[in-house]
Amino acid sequence: MSTEPILTARGLVKHYGRVVALNQTDFDLYPGEILAVIGDNGAGKSTLIKAISGAIHPDEGEIRLDGEPVHFRSPLEAREAGIETVYQTLALSPALSIADNMFLGREIRKSGFMGRWFRSLDREAMERIAREKLSDLGLMTIQNIGQAVETLSGGQRQGVAVARAAAFGSKVIIMDEPTAALGVKESRRVLDLIQDVRSRGMPIVLISHNMPHVFEVADRIHVHRLGRRLCVIDPKDYTMSDAVAFMTGAKEPPAEALAA
Amino acid sequence: MSEAGGAARRGQEFEDGLEKSDASVAAFESHEKTILDRLQHFLHGNPTMVPVIVLLLSIAVFGFVAGGNFFSAFNLSLVMQQVSIIGILAAAQSLVILTAGIDLSVGASMVLVSVIMGNLAVKMGLPAPLAIGVGFICGMLAGTLNGFLVTRVKLPPFIVTLGTWNIFFALNLWLSGAQSIRSQDIDATAPLLKWFGESIRIGGAQFTYGSILMVLIFAVLWYVLNRTAWGRHVYAVGDDKEAAELSGIRTNRTLVQVYAVAGLVCAIGAWASIGRVGSVSPQSFQEANLQSITAVVIGGISLFGGRGSIVGPLVGALIVGVFNSGLRLAGVDVLWQVFAIGWLTIIAVALDQWIRKVSA
Repeated sequence: MSTEPILTARGLVKHYGRVVALNQTDFDLYPGEILAVIGDNGAGKSTLIKAISGAIHPDEGEIRLDGEPVHFRSPLEAREAGIETVYQTLALSPALSIADNMFLGREIRKSGFMGRWFRSLDREAMERIAREKLSDLGLMTIQNIGQAVETLSGGQRQGVAVARAAAFGSKVIIMDEPTAALGVKESRRVLDLIQDVRSRGMPIVLISHNMPHVFEVADRIHVHRLGRRLCVIDPKDYTMSDAVAFMTGAKEPPAEALAA
Repeated sequence: MSEAGGAARRGQEFEDGLEKSDASVAAFESHEKTILDRLQHFLHGNPTMVPVIVLLLSIAVFGFVAGGNFFSAFNLSLVMQQVSIIGILAAAQSLVILTAGIDLSVGASMVLVSVIMGNLAVKMGLPAPLAIGVGFICGMLAGTLNGFLVTRVKLPPFIVTLGTWNIFFALNLWLSGAQSIRSQDIDATAPLLKWFGESIRIGGAQFTYGSILMVLIFAVLWYVLNRTAWGRHVYAVGDDKEAAELSGIRTNRTLVQVYAVAGLVCAIGAWASIGRVGSVSPQSFQEANLQSITAVVIGGISLFGGRGSIVGPLVGALIVGVFNSGLRLAGVDVLWQVFAIGWLTIIAVALDQWIRKVSA
């Protein structure tokens, strides 16, 4: 990890009334890695992720993307800067087709007269690209790209949401509890998907409560506690019980992890 | 971590049991279905087929029951003429219902706009095109007011439009003094207002410009809803507003635009209604809002938003027209027409609920 981090945060503070959700927290994401963010309930990891994905504005502190300071006023702005988020709720529109969902909010218009004056959508292009993106991730057993998302299973929907993020996220993908609602087999499929996305060089922030999943895929683990980054550990050097102990305050993290 | 994307991923112990299991989790396979399942899936994918089938069946049945008169080209074009205003209002209503809202004010805003157009052109002597233009702007403003109250003040659409229905109706009575503008006065000063009442004959059929306008409005809305990004956003907002917001759609802006366009369509309907009625009548179309909702619901657009095709309400309006015309020609009392439409509405919503329960 000698390279410069792609996404950093320094000294983020966020208050909700008298509750301090973020207390001078830092955050670093390096190119091409999967960084897991773990923490107890109420530790402030959702707030941290929301600050990075543009859903909230921190009261203090600085976020830098590729070294440049950024100030996102909405998730839309973060998206335009290249940060895609796969929300726990997936943010898919059930009645719309797979292709429509993948291009929701960034549709492709036809070139020429029809697109310019009648704002006609280029359906063929959108369906072709959607199909390509899904087959990139090995999801192309889909028979009908025009199929409504509500007719898909939970894992398939997760697949569509991940494919959407992977297709458009140019810099960072954030995944919030991607396996929380899934069964064993579907979780496996999604974990494989996450690694596929990483193998293409895309850094991923993974928020999860599932320690086995975190330890399986993460390159580094950011432990969040009491509104700040407690330590960053390498899953190869520590056990799941260690991580849980740090997270809950049962055990002091070692000095070298604190410095990370 | 160097095994990214590799085949030899380490799984977890408890997953060993998966080895011999069916691995086709993420496959989008289809499995054995009963005929009823297939029908449910077909209707889920083609929600307009129900009203189309009902329309064709009812034409066939009434043609058989009511005899040759019903089947005449003249009578069928007359049905179109009779439903043209309700059809146009149903088009406006569909937009709002697709966003999971409802607009009780469509009829009242239409009559209000027709009174504004009549007052400006006939009583104040403004050029008719200007009066019509001002009417269109008023219609859009009325819709924008609804949209503003729904999105910014965050009131339920039912309450907002219940309120504006009454407000528009009161304004209409105030502006018109509860008096009609007579047909002769319109002919003398602003005949353009009655333009949509004129008609062309094709064979035995007589199509008023108003009924052609209705079909045109549906054609334009079909294009907008299915072939533009805005149209997809309307569906997405009605389907799941929060998901649409997170997908990067400015949902409140889309909603205000939907109400404004609905108001504009009502205003176009106001111009057409002057031609249809032949005068500007502040007391006309009192039940138009409920009739437009009936047409939308029979047309298979879900009241819960996000589902259904814009073609449906056109077919729904025609079904209502065919039932009324057929039962009348068959010599059945008017009350049974209302009775039949009532049942049709309930059956349509029940079907919608069944179709929504579709599963893979």
